[in-house]
Amino acid sequence: MSTLFRTTSGGRIDRATTVEFTFDGQTLTGHPGDTLASALLANGRHVVATSVKYGRPRGIAAAWAEDPGGLVQVEEPFPEPMLLATTVELFDGLAAHGLPGQGRLADVPDSARYDAVHAHVDVLVVGAGPAGLAAALTAARAGARVTLVDEQSEAGGSLLGGTDRLDGAPALQWVAAAVAELARHPEVLHLQRTTAFGAYDDGFVLALERRTDHLGTAAPKHLSRQRVWRIRARQVVLATGAHERPVVFADNDRPGTMLAGAARTFLHRYGVLPGREAVVFTTDDTAYDAALDLHAAGVRVQAVVDARPGGSPQRREQCERAGIRVLSGAVVTGTRGDERVTHALVAPFAGGEVGAAGAIGCDLLLVSGGWNPAVHLFSQVRGRLRYDAGRGAFLPGEELDGVVVTGSAAGVADLAGCLADGQRGGRAALARLDIAPTADDRLPAAPDPVVPAAPLVLWRVPDTSGAEGATSFVDLQRDATVADIARAVGAGLRSIEHVKRYTTIGTAHDQGKTSGVLTSGIVAELLGVPVQDTGTTTFRPPYTPVAFAALAGRDRGRLFDPERVTALHDWHVAAGAVFEDVGQWKRPRHYPRPGEDMEAAVLRECAAARTGVGILDGSTLGKIDVQGPDAAVLLDRLYTNLMSSLKVGSVRYGVMCGVDGMVIDDGTVLRLAEDRFLLLTTTGGAAKVLDWMEEWAQTEWPDLRVHCTSVTEQWSTFPVVGPRSRDVIGAVFPGVDVSTEAFPFMTWRDTTLDGVPVRLARISFSGELAFEVYVNPWYAVAVWERLLEAGRPYGITPYGTEAMHVLRAEKGYPIIGQDTDGTVTPHDLGMAWAVSKKKPDFIGKRSFARPANADPLRKQLVGLLPVDRETVLPEGSQIVEFRADGRLPAPPVPMLGHVTSSYRSAELARPFALALVKGGRERIGDTVHVPVGGTLVPVEVTGSVLVDPEGARRDG
Amino acid sequence: MQLIACPWCGPREEVEFSYGGQAHVPYPDSPAELSDEEWAHYVFFRDNPRGRFAERWNHNAGCRRWFNAIRDTSTYRFESVYRLDDPKPVTP
Repeated sequence: MSTLFRTTSGGRIDRATTVEFTFDGQTLTGHPGDTLASALLANGRHVVATSVKYGRPRGIAAAWAEDPGGLVQVEEPFPEPMLLATTVELFDGLAAHGLPGQGRLADVPDSARYDAVHAHVDVLVVGAGPAGLAAALTAARAGARVTLVDEQSEAGGSLLGGTDRLDGAPALQWVAAAVAELARHPEVLHLQRTTAFGAYDDGFVLALERRTDHLGTAAPKHLSRQRVWRIRARQVVLATGAHERPVVFADNDRPGTMLAGAARTFLHRYGVLPGREAVVFTTDDTAYDAALDLHAAGVRVQAVVDARPGGSPQRREQCERAGIRVLSGAVVTGTRGDERVTHALVAPFAGGEVGAAGAIGCDLLLVSGGWNPAVHLFSQVRGRLRYDAGRGAFLPGEELDGVVVTGSAAGVADLAGCLADGQRGGRAALARLDIAPTADDRLPAAPDPVVPAAPLVLWRVPDTSGAEGATSFVDLQRDATVADIARAVGAGLRSIEHVKRYTTIGTAHDQGKTSGVLTSGIVAELLGVPVQDTGTTTFRPPYTPVAFAALAGRDRGRLFDPERVTALHDWHVAAGAVFEDVGQWKRPRHYPRPGEDMEAAVLRECAAARTGVGILDGSTLGKIDVQGPDAAVLLDRLYTNLMSSLKVGSVRYGVMCGVDGMVIDDGTVLRLAEDRFLLLTTTGGAAKVLDWMEEWAQTEWPDLRVHCTSVTEQWSTFPVVGPRSRDVIGAVFPGVDVSTEAFPFMTWRDTTLDGVPVRLARISFSGELAFEVYVNPWYAVAVWERLLEAGRPYGITPYGTEAMHVLRAEKGYPIIGQDTDGTVTPHDLGMAWAVSKKKPDFIGKRSFARPANADPLRKQLVGLLPVDRETVLPEGSQIVEFRADGRLPAPPVPMLGHVTSSYRSAELARPFALALVKGGRERIGDTVHVPVGGTLVPVEVTGSVLVDPEGARRDG
Repeated sequence: MQLIACPWCGPREEVEFSYGGQAHVPYPDSPAELSDEEWAHYVFFRDNPRGRFAERWNHNAGCRRWFNAIRDTSTYRFESVYRLDDPKPVTP
């Protein structure tokens, strides 16, 4: 098929170059500068897709993002669903097909890059039409830092689709000069193909720049495909234009039915005749331009059907001169055609009554029901809208700090007015920034505007087809009709928001760009209330769809969240460690040997720590350096136990609670000096504990002279654990007396290794004799390897977090956040010994005096031993109790608590668990049951310390 | 995303801050002397007004300092920020 519907000259296309594309498998041609829609129309193709619900044929009904009809899926160069043919720029090799309302995501990975850039500007201008360009020039000339964004491939806005003249020349010459002038200002950033899709507080605007989409397969790989601009503007000038509004009538969705202004755009910008024989149906004067322009281009305009009783005298005269028939006081009541429209049904219209219809043959039916200012961004920043009954449109209804609306977005209709209003908008923004406009801020000379005849507000033509509105489409993308709105109102819905959700109008891909205000009008009509009272639904970002890939930008895959690794990470990888995520940290979970599964590896690692020597990378432990004369006072107030009595050189375990008395973290505290402590927190709790200390120190006790600093990453930490740990430490640090007498449990010593400072601490998280080795991470690998070398005679075994958990659970040491859940006190954990009775107050103390804290039925931490010595109870399992008769109580069966930690123990040669159980300590020795799969597993309740309850092993 | 004016750093993005609940709820001088009900009011009970509200905020991705602010809970707008040692501003 040749491009029969292409004009012989004109338009913004490169006629010297022909590109090939395929649509629905058919190979077609077009030109650079075309959109997929204009190229299809140039080939005489109107039908693009079928509708989502009824499968009705749908075509191109507008020329840009407001089109509700032309949904396509692009297949080449990369599959992408739900695009509009009107916004896909044509390139060689494009392959696409029409969509029945929903598309298909790519099943191959997207190899394109997406990124984001922050911009900070004085004035952001959205829209590069006449008003936007005037505003940007005014601001730029005054020296402001300006960003101008526009969603089209080139600047000009409405001027691209018209025949306007400025300064006595085609208006696009002025556009080119304006763009060139902006480019000369070093502080101006001008971005085309960039849609401002979200406006937020304080001048924050998100815009999507489509950088390489229009290049197709020629897109350079090193360029990001799309870029999100995060723009913070001191002033935002919205020059977003207006969308033409259709009028609803029966079978108004038939392909060949199009907005009048869109037909003008296809003609002037793309050099395309959207048909051969046109009927133009209008309620205002602007559609006459389309009729006259199409007529001049050779289209037979069969009739202009003007719903206004008197039509437009001056426009009628123009039409008569051109030989175009004008039917005033008439409406289009319906269409005929197989797929494409073949006839418009035209009837007299007076006093709201429709007369008998006659058919007028046409292959193009243009419709105009007035213009809706594109107030989306203004409304997104909570700008109030007001209804203008004269034109049936919602306009900005208030002044907002930091936002100026200009041009047709503010309801200005003519070119001269839009230019002047754009300049006014630019100056208003400058005034708020205390920047003076320049004297030479000149506007081009535009023709004097002609005052148009008053428009008629007409939402819908009464349905005389017998379908009762069931084929009168309001939202083409949702297949929602006047009948659907009538049903919603009939069901008692009054709020436009409810009608939206009941009918789904405005919830599709186009978010109601053409259907929203129509719905407000029709609902108001059906309810008999003013349109102002009905209002609009809330405008929300994004203005046009944005791919998740673009929003994700570079923050995907490994860059989604920071990964923290210890200084030994490469060693762990080389040792074959299996890693787990602990917060943002990558920690070795276990080190399987060939043929070992996790269970075998963990049993081996645990046995080594209990019988020989093991070594752990504990560098992720949180570490907080607390310094100042009042450091001990702060710690006394935050820990449940006394820290001020701790001697320099010693270590104490401590528990922190919230004001509600519930445990929030635990750890050990080293006193480094009278005025200096090193706090060790859990890996996951490090940031939270530092925040907690800062909050109290700053907000309640600013008088305390104390400073808290995170030193987590300043110290690598290796617990060396097991009965042979003393041999290893003694061998590596011969200058340190490692005997129990000289280096007792819960003390620390500083030493050096080849001149490198090392701190040793007798802390045990396993119950075994253990030494923690602290060293600057720069030397971590060297010290770790020295320890391994010294431990080789004893079979030193690196172990991971899983073995660490088994070892601590065997000793009943809770993990805060795993064995506790924010409802657990130190007493519930069996740690009454860690709660000071001497201190007059500390955070949480008052809550311990509540009667509920003494309730013997509180959940308490206990051990569980499955009687079958085989079942590893799933963590999180519930615990139930049989009645005296040995049967379960009637449902709902009361739950006694749940399993918090559960492992297989090498030491005990059986599985065991920790659990929070109601009145748990009173139940020690009892048998309770845990449902696992379909069976109830009997378990014996024990104390929480299952290995070495006497604590005999800590000194080796 | 609005800007919040940290009293030490100036206007910064909202995401740099964390919320700290109602301001001017001091830790009681002698918790032990409070009834359970009085203590529960300190621990759990906070105002929840529509309109102006004195709140604590922390610039935790910036200077890490706490400060107070008067914010309108119906518009989210910050009316003023002030340091912890400043008195609560008198609002009309």
